[in-house]
Amino acid sequence: MAELMKTIGIWLSAYFTLSIFSFLYKDNPFYKLAEQIFVGLSAAYWLVYTIYNILIPNLFNKLFTDFANNWILLIPMVLGIMMLMRMFPKLEWVSRYPMAIMIGTTAAIAMLLSFQSDFLSQIAATIVNPFKFSSPVDIVGTILIIIGTICGIYFFYFSKKPEGFYKIPSKVGIWFLMVSFGASFGYTVMARISLLIGRLDFLLRDWLHIIK
Amino acid sequence: MSNDINLTKTLRERRIIFLLLVLAVAIPIIFPLGLKTHSTPLTEKAFELIESTPAGSPVIISFDYDPSTVTELQPMAIAIIEHAWRKNHKIIAMAMWPQGSQMADMAFAEVQKKFGEEKVYGVDYVNLGYKPGGMVIIQAMGRNLKTVFPKDTAMIDYDDIPILKNIKTIKEIKYVVSLSAGDPGLRDWIMTANGKFGIPVAGGTTAVSAPGFLPYVNDQNQLSGLLGGLKAAAEYELLLGYEGTASRGMNPQSVAHIFILMLIVAGNIRVWRNRKKEKMAKEVKNG
Repeated sequence: MAELMKTIGIWLSAYFTLSIFSFLYKDNPFYKLAEQIFVGLSAAYWLVYTIYNILIPNLFNKLFTDFANNWILLIPMVLGIMMLMRMFPKLEWVSRYPMAIMIGTTAAIAMLLSFQSDFLSQIAATIVNPFKFSSPVDIVGTILIIIGTICGIYFFYFSKKPEGFYKIPSKVGIWFLMVSFGASFGYTVMARISLLIGRLDFLLRDWLHIIK
Repeated sequence: MSNDINLTKTLRERRIIFLLLVLAVAIPIIFPLGLKTHSTPLTEKAFELIESTPAGSPVIISFDYDPSTVTELQPMAIAIIEHAWRKNHKIIAMAMWPQGSQMADMAFAEVQKKFGEEKVYGVDYVNLGYKPGGMVIIQAMGRNLKTVFPKDTAMIDYDDIPILKNIKTIKEIKYVVSLSAGDPGLRDWIMTANGKFGIPVAGGTTAVSAPGFLPYVNDQNQLSGLLGGLKAAAEYELLLGYEGTASRGMNPQSVAHIFILMLIVAGNIRVWRNRKKEKMAKEVKNG
């Protein structure tokens, strides 16, 4: 039985993979069906998962089994219910309060942590003596980091028109940005090809058994 | 009329490119070319973090991805679990993405085939499952791990899991590896586990998001190594001395990249020729 279910799973997987790939030729009913099923399944999965893995163990179980020690959970429960009021146009305004609390707390927590990791530590990482390294590659690399950081930031300094001498760091900054965009594009191509490899490997190995 | 002809031509050309790309990937999968890959410093740094951690250390592997990125991240997960087990580290798996927990089970099952009964659930590894909340959860793990994960995915109580007996907070963890496909994920671990608690963090990401994390591999050791995409997974397999799914994927990857480079060159030559033609036509028109 398990083997049969596995075979059915592989065939379904192959069917949906080919249906999605068929869009590369043109839009068609197979693609549309696969897309709609994916959207529906994802939404249903999320709903069921949220109820059984988040709401029941973290909220309902605790409230029903040990209310005295968990009554504080009533606050997030009420805030959650208030959030659901978005579904009723007349009571939509109620959802703004939990939303405000969520945005405020998230922003505050993220601000404190990102100030350390994305600001202070990043600046500290740029303040490096390039000549402390013994390898010429490291020395050149560190010098490029320092120049790239300064010129990259200068490019976004808009209070002075980049003319004459001031044009040089701005131009250098653009070059560094272009190189980083190129690297990002290269990585993106690599990622997309990897996904294609994954799907074709599945079709050729698990479905068609062409490769072992 | 002319626009319609151009559109049809563009569509036809596009379809030919898709077909050629599929062939460029499929043929090397069927007939491997034996191309080899080489390890890079970013991967070696992550490898070194695990290699230098003493045996018996409790470590966290966070599975922050789902099936959509399994091609890139699952080979990394398998390689990292294998490396950690070879070094006898005690793996605590968790997930900040709902399906990450299943990804962890699949990866453990795969590596277990090599180790057999040598590695025991609850003693050598545990899967604590999914928890929503991102950096808030990691902060809470810094206060008390048990309150965040009272039970594992098998519904066993925290206190009854041998591997967790002496672990009260995340501060006792020796390193964290986050395999991350987006948010929440690696950035939260860098900000919180490393930034707040000073725990070494290494990361594995999809190739798309790898450039965004490169600045964190710096003098401050915000990231102790970064694996970006299938290529880095293949590098890790190479460092461990085996050929897995990532290494096999390097043949089609290389052929496809060469094909795309050829297309870029061909496209640029075509644009250059068209511009030249237009320029000449203009010159003829102006006498």
